[in-house]
Amino acid sequence: MPMIINGREAPVPTDARVSLLDFVREHLELYGTKKGCNQGACGACTVLVDGERVLSCLALAVQYEGREVTTIEGLSSDGALHPLQQAFIDRDGFQCGYCTPGQICSAVGMVGELRRGVPSYVTGDPAVTDIEFSHDELRERMSGNLCRCGAYNGIVDAITDVYAEQGA
Amino acid sequence: MIELSYSRASDVDDAVRRAAGGRGRYLGGGTNLVDLLRETVETPSALVDVTGLSDEIAPTADGGLMIGAAARNTAVAEHEAVRSRYPMLARAIVAGASAQIRNMATIGGNLLQRTRCAYFYDTDGSRCNKRSPGDGCDAIEGFNRMHAVLGTSPACVATHPSDMCVALAALDAVVHLRSASGQRTVDLCDLHRLPEDRPDIETVLEPGELITGVELPAPSPDERSTYRKVRDRSSYAFALVSVAAALELDGDAVVGARLALGGVATKPWRARRAEEALRGQPATEATFLSAADAELADARPLAGNAFKVELARRTLAAVLQELTEGARS
Repeated sequence: MPMIINGREAPVPTDARVSLLDFVREHLELYGTKKGCNQGACGACTVLVDGERVLSCLALAVQYEGREVTTIEGLSSDGALHPLQQAFIDRDGFQCGYCTPGQICSAVGMVGELRRGVPSYVTGDPAVTDIEFSHDELRERMSGNLCRCGAYNGIVDAITDVYAEQGA
Repeated sequence: MIELSYSRASDVDDAVRRAAGGRGRYLGGGTNLVDLLRETVETPSALVDVTGLSDEIAPTADGGLMIGAAARNTAVAEHEAVRSRYPMLARAIVAGASAQIRNMATIGGNLLQRTRCAYFYDTDGSRCNKRSPGDGCDAIEGFNRMHAVLGTSPACVATHPSDMCVALAALDAVVHLRSASGQRTVDLCDLHRLPEDRPDIETVLEPGELITGVELPAPSPDERSTYRKVRDRSSYAFALVSVAAALELDGDAVVGARLALGGVATKPWRARRAEEALRGQPATEATFLSAADAELADARPLAGNAFKVELARRTLAAVLQELTEGARS
């Protein structure tokens, strides 16, 4: 069974050692997803699998047969930027841009988690499911994505611009 | 990473059969194992993917909860019964790793994750008894700020890295296992071994034995519980010290407590001496500090990590104080 990447079918590699990250970059030539640390510490390789954010560097591609994978290239449509991509530009959510594809994929997954009430370490009482769309919640939930330029405030602003009004 | 085969288990029997006899390893979310394969710390010839096995989270007949080993960390932390009845566990899970990793990592895999000791990972340049038994340990005289002060041996001072396991230790969780010779259960507190002179043997699992689930006994309705983690930065870092605590009070007296420590020990550390010191005593800071002292009396700090003894003492007392104040408000 093939994998579906950004709406297109791709046969999974036969070599079990190929990571999902190397698969999308080297086999499918989708270079938007970045290789930062390649050991699960930086978040630059974040992609969405069936809508959930994961680290493609720690994922073996062969495990994702039949799954729907969305990379940064799959978020825009017909050349139009995803609203969050535009907000990152408007709010200076990056300088060098290397972590940005991972930040944006991560934020899209994060908003889904927030809306369905997944608790975070700063939520306080984990029984509470109506979670505030606050600066502290966004910083905690995005902590798996490092930005060495330090554009964190711009990133939080961009996410807030796009999603806060829609409510958590 | 060396060349290896991959197959997907269709059920528990199939998984055990596929892993039998060879140098096979069960693969969950891969968040630790893939890294270990890449660094050639682990060199199995076959991977058996067990993520298709049970991830069900269901109540048990005696009021507890059974969690299938393939359940993802996020799924457990967001489960209604876990959040409302085992808040300590939900908090411990979301204190660990990052959201991306929690979306991938399974419960069974979390139990078996390996230490993040840098010498253990440094296959080219460092000696490590956990990686190569008998070679020696470069951490004991090296950079050991992150290392353990409890449960250590002259062979190994590496910490167990899991947050979730610390909560499971305090919750009296029971681990369900399956092998070719049948099924059995082991208390979470007995699953991990102390390093002694064989730090490479980390659990009591037999070769090829598979974790199929984790069972939580019914929580006491009179207990209040939480999990607190102290680390170098406020998110996405391994613990310097963590405390899982459940406290039951009768007025101003401690009826009982269930306590476990993370970040300071070679395995998820159930703090039974501290529990014993608390029982029947007044719920005061002085009691809490002396209970912590009782637990830490055998701590053996290294050159770089003596601060952990005092940090563990204060964190344990502060968490008990927080639970006491919460009970009074």
